[in-house]
Amino acid sequence: MQNTETDAQDIQLDAPLAPKRTRLEEFWRLFRKNKLAIAGMVFFILFFFLAIAGFGLTRGDNPLLDPAMVRLQDKLRPPLAKPNLERLQANEIPRLGVYIFGTDDLGRDVFARMLQGSWVSLTVGFVAVGIAVLIGIFLGGIAGYYGNRHIRVGQLLAAAFFIVGALLLVGKLIWSGSALLIGGAGCIFISILMKKAAKAKTKSAGTRFWYFNTISIDTVVMRFVDIMLCFPSFFLILTVVALLPASIYNIMIVIGLTSWMGTTRFVRAEFLSLREQDFVAAARALGLSNFRIIFRHMVPNAVAPVLVSATIGIATAILTEAGLSFLGFGVPPPHATWGNILSDGQRFIFDAPWLTFVPGIAILIVVLSFNLFGEGLRDVLNPKLRERN
Amino acid sequence: MNEMGSRNATILQVDNLKKYFPIRRGFFQKITGWVRAVENVSFKIKRGKTLGLVGESGCGKTTVARLILKLLDADEGQILFDAQDITQLDEKEMKPLRKEMQIIFQDPYGSLNPRMTVGQSIAEGLKISGIHNRSKQNQRLEKLLKMVGMSPASSDRFPHEFSGGQRQRIGIARALSVEPALIICDEPVSALDVSIQAQIINLLKDLQSQLELSYLFISHDLNVVGYLCDKVAVMYKGHIMEYAPADALFDHPFHPYTHLLLSAIPDTEHKIDAELNATADEVSNTLNPPSGCSFQERCPLNEERCKHNPIEFEKMGPDHLVRCWKVARNGSY
Repeated sequence: MQNTETDAQDIQLDAPLAPKRTRLEEFWRLFRKNKLAIAGMVFFILFFFLAIAGFGLTRGDNPLLDPAMVRLQDKLRPPLAKPNLERLQANEIPRLGVYIFGTDDLGRDVFARMLQGSWVSLTVGFVAVGIAVLIGIFLGGIAGYYGNRHIRVGQLLAAAFFIVGALLLVGKLIWSGSALLIGGAGCIFISILMKKAAKAKTKSAGTRFWYFNTISIDTVVMRFVDIMLCFPSFFLILTVVALLPASIYNIMIVIGLTSWMGTTRFVRAEFLSLREQDFVAAARALGLSNFRIIFRHMVPNAVAPVLVSATIGIATAILTEAGLSFLGFGVPPPHATWGNILSDGQRFIFDAPWLTFVPGIAILIVVLSFNLFGEGLRDVLNPKLRERN
Repeated sequence: MNEMGSRNATILQVDNLKKYFPIRRGFFQKITGWVRAVENVSFKIKRGKTLGLVGESGCGKTTVARLILKLLDADEGQILFDAQDITQLDEKEMKPLRKEMQIIFQDPYGSLNPRMTVGQSIAEGLKISGIHNRSKQNQRLEKLLKMVGMSPASSDRFPHEFSGGQRQRIGIARALSVEPALIICDEPVSALDVSIQAQIINLLKDLQSQLELSYLFISHDLNVVGYLCDKVAVMYKGHIMEYAPADALFDHPFHPYTHLLLSAIPDTEHKIDAELNATADEVSNTLNPPSGCSFQERCPLNEERCKHNPIEFEKMGPDHLVRCWKVARNGSY
């Protein structure tokens, strides 16, 4: 028997390994088959570099393409029109020597404005989705991994004290606010004192009350998600934006803070199934910390659906920003965005249709390409959908 | 139980282990019933020996494994590891003991993190056991891979590039990375081809003699258990039905359920009359167990007394326990 054993192991050692194929190669092999997704990806990359180029070309004191230069002599010129050199002053002549997308009612170069707007769209899309994804992974991870745990009465009391106290402090009620904060600290102190009593077999009534399980963490997080989803998000954003000073950063943050619910659900669902997998049990049996299990073992396996929803989320964020700007709640006026170019142009839709069509088609192409790219990613990353292509 | 000196001869002792899972229904998640997964399970594993835990699907074998590893908390009973009671330990106190017990899983596909290379997976264990130096890690990694019969070149490959048997070897290497004293093998070969099964079993046997490992070997395959184990516990619906040295169990099985299992092995002399009802409703009993013997519904020896009196272990020989009063009275099946 000793003989057969060594034989078996020799075979195993000598067995040639299959040709090494990385995940990226595997991904590309499948992704390549989806022509629409490839087109989406090309536009995605194109848009990315265009926006960065636009940022470089339109900023500074004397930009190559000045989006804010008003030339009333040259207003409402059609696309590809040559500037009227006789009536323009030397510093007003566009550097390119042609209005590629025409000019608007103040004679501003629409091409320059579109480039400036593309940077806005890109940053709004990425930052807003970045915020949403971070919140989503955090809350979804908590709900998925720690969801079974219940919030105890003591913890509930401490949290209530802290939240109400902080609110009162913000509302300038210093005395009652700090009293509640001290009450919260007291709750934590009691919990620390009770730690030993809670481990004993027989517990006193007070300890049992203090450790009484109320609602599970999963319930708290997921019902909060449900509540957030109940608001029609666009109107929620409108309300918040109306209250806050108009700035591009506020818009990014508000869009981010109102669009994390989908990611949270995805991450929770992934975590629920990953938690039962053997490799997570093995990691726990090895004695790895929860932090390491979550971030080394579970998050890398849960990002695929998040990536997909993020790609599609960028398109939604761009669309939301354009909608806000169109309604006049977006980025304040001297700064051009696709939404406010569109909004300015609607008054001249019959005289100067390019003012509406150029930003409109740009939004259409970018949103469509992001969606196609996102769906292509989803098909490749989710093996269950693969057969369809 | 002799040459180990100061070390305890019994590496693992389990006493009256009990685990019920609640069934929750409705809006308020009220508990409407209990699945009695493990009931009054007791056994011992001696250092360097193998205990087989046998039974059909859903009888609580894997729950026992998870209870021992403290992946689940027991409701009642005691788990003594190396004479230390670990039942009440919390995660922090458990940490140094985690290195001492490891597990090998049934499913070689789910047991390795698909986003980590083999080397990374095994290195997790090496870091736990305090090897942080890169070159030392690599040395140890190479040694571990060779020990389980894999080429050291496989360490920078991903799990999906390997076959089931190879992955099972990687899983064994990961378990060995923290130099445990006890390995719980949760059906390690049942997902593999028969030819690969033999390789893995020989590997396990080989490692046992090299590293003085103790195994808790969970399986439903009596052939494998008979080949590998020193003692065998037969489990049915959360109860241990028969607990005996392997030779005794195969030569003189007593419990009707053991007979049923043995008759399921193709080509053995243990033939049994077709009286045994091999397909009884599996779930109903763990939900609402009848009073008396848990095997009564499928038992050919079923009598009025089986329905009412709780059935206790009867001693049938040295170290041979059977949970059946009738067999004990008759002296044989």
